[in-house]
Amino acid sequence: MRFKRLWAIFSARNREFFRDRAAFGWNFLFPFLIILGFGVIFKGDYQSQFKVGLFPIAPGASVHRSTDLLPESFAAFEAVSLVAFETRAQGMDKLKRHKIDLLIEAGTQPIRYWVSDSSPSGAIVERLLKGALPASDSGAQFEKKDIQGIQIRYIDWLFPGVLGMNMMFSALYGVGWVVVRYRKNGVLKRLKATPLTAFEYLAAQLLSRIFLLMFTLVIVWVGCDWILGFRVYGSLANLFVVFLAGSTCMTSLGLVIASRGTSEEFTNGLLNFISWPMMFLSEVWFSIEGAPAWLQASAKIFPLTHLLKAARQVMNEGEGLFVVMPEITILCAMSLAFLLAGAAMFSWNK
Amino acid sequence: MKATPPMKPLLELVDIHKHYRGLRAVDGVSMTIGQGTCFGLLGPNGAGKTTLIEIVEDIIDPTAGTILYKGASRAAQFRQEVGIMFQQTALLSFLTVAETLETFSRLYEHTESIGHLIQLCHLEEVNGQLNDKISGGQKQRLLLALALLNRPELVFLDEPSTGLDPQARRNLWDIIKTVKSQGRTIVLTTHYMEEAERLCDDVAIMDKGKVIARGAPPALIETHCRRATLSVPKAQFPETPGDLQGLINQRGDRIQIRTENVNAVVSTLLSMGVDMRGVTLQTPTLEDVFLKLTGRSLRE
Repeated sequence: MRFKRLWAIFSARNREFFRDRAAFGWNFLFPFLIILGFGVIFKGDYQSQFKVGLFPIAPGASVHRSTDLLPESFAAFEAVSLVAFETRAQGMDKLKRHKIDLLIEAGTQPIRYWVSDSSPSGAIVERLLKGALPASDSGAQFEKKDIQGIQIRYIDWLFPGVLGMNMMFSALYGVGWVVVRYRKNGVLKRLKATPLTAFEYLAAQLLSRIFLLMFTLVIVWVGCDWILGFRVYGSLANLFVVFLAGSTCMTSLGLVIASRGTSEEFTNGLLNFISWPMMFLSEVWFSIEGAPAWLQASAKIFPLTHLLKAARQVMNEGEGLFVVMPEITILCAMSLAFLLAGAAMFSWNK
Repeated sequence: MKATPPMKPLLELVDIHKHYRGLRAVDGVSMTIGQGTCFGLLGPNGAGKTTLIEIVEDIIDPTAGTILYKGASRAAQFRQEVGIMFQQTALLSFLTVAETLETFSRLYEHTESIGHLIQLCHLEEVNGQLNDKISGGQKQRLLLALALLNRPELVFLDEPSTGLDPQARRNLWDIIKTVKSQGRTIVLTTHYMEEAERLCDDVAIMDKGKVIARGAPPALIETHCRRATLSVPKAQFPETPGDLQGLINQRGDRIQIRTENVNAVVSTLLSMGVDMRGVTLQTPTLEDVFLKLTGRSLRE
């Protein structure tokens, strides 16, 4: 491998990115507008279904059997999804991270509940709960408890999701789609005629995209933080490591998609097939807490799930690298597998 | 068909085949290409020229056959020593002409001065322009400059002047002649017979995946199309053609005489008192050879 050749392609790709003003602007503008939109303009309900945690529920027991003391119209309401937790600590953990909107201790009279004041859905579901009983009784039958420790604003929870989603689209389309286009119009064939090796080319694409993703991340972060003032409870350096692992993994996935094919239409379909489920199941916008176990398990095949889990642990809960190491390890293992598959399947002209 | 190379062979092709789902794009081609020659590969559309040249360039793999470069299999060094100008190539977007040359120059160990190439290929005026903002002729000259960037011993030019206007085509030919004068081996595919006749020392005509003729252009003409055509205005032609009876053919207001012995026919015409003013002579060209060998039916 010659570093000079790798650097030549790395530089050329970066120049293309920075000079393509439309795409360049879009890469920054898109996440910024989303964050701004959710953080400033949209202050109401952000999901159609409310998740209410209930504890203590023994493993395997039906959550609906523990709703005896809850108002029936509330427990049976279609828009309310009940999620079981064994302990209060588990439920509180999810509540703090906006995975659920309200937490209730089952079998208590008056009904003891916790709700995050920073959650737009929490306020609504609290009113739903109180409104489920006659107005004369409601004051006496509820006991609102304070959440101890850090309370996370919804925008702080959403922010890593939007950054991760932007990273995912940029990595998949910026590598997968672009390389296929280059294969189709003969640029790759021209490069094949030079001493450049496939490994050097792929490595240059990988490094260039990681550099551009991290560059975009920093700019978007600074811009959004300047306007909305994010709270980061963990170390920024740790967060950088998490995003670096995530961008490497998703760019590697982009290289797998880019490894073969000359049809931009097919590649576009493939990219949509991968990116849309990843966006919805990786908890970019909303939690899948309470979803069927198989769905939650299948979400773990997506790199974005692990990236967001680790990023939120660092950003929202102040955890260190040791705690998020399992997610970083998974991202690194996925990256290695994607890189090996991409390199094995890569073709300059087929 | 195997011809004797004019010089020490630089490339040797042994029984090359390329099949695509039953289609024999290249069907058992064997030949050698001498060092320092300008070799032309001619053929109608779909004859297999580009497939064969891309096999030799190591861009696609043959179904069967062997290619030797300097007497041995092509090694990694092959790409350092060859320059390629493809028939259809896009370039990296949002890069200027100079930046494109600079990017590609970093891919090679030994390179030509970029300034010299810009001068050679007349790219001075577009040096700072983006690749997608230059004209077709300028793009072809840039692609030629890229092919010459690594001071190649062997240059492949796949239909370099396709789509160019006459001025741009002649300009490109002049550059290729300069490259040729530097002693480099050139492998050129084209379907412009004039281009092959002007540039090539040695040509092979391909059709349906096979080489059907091989040799220097004058030799091919001598072998396949010996008869020249004398054209005499009908008003000047005698009513009794005498010895020329079997050779003449009327085309409009002219009489055409096809012959292998022009001197004898001219002597006869003079002896018959024909006024030679207005008489024209058309000698056979490579295009006549090409049409004779590949037929006149439309391809593709």
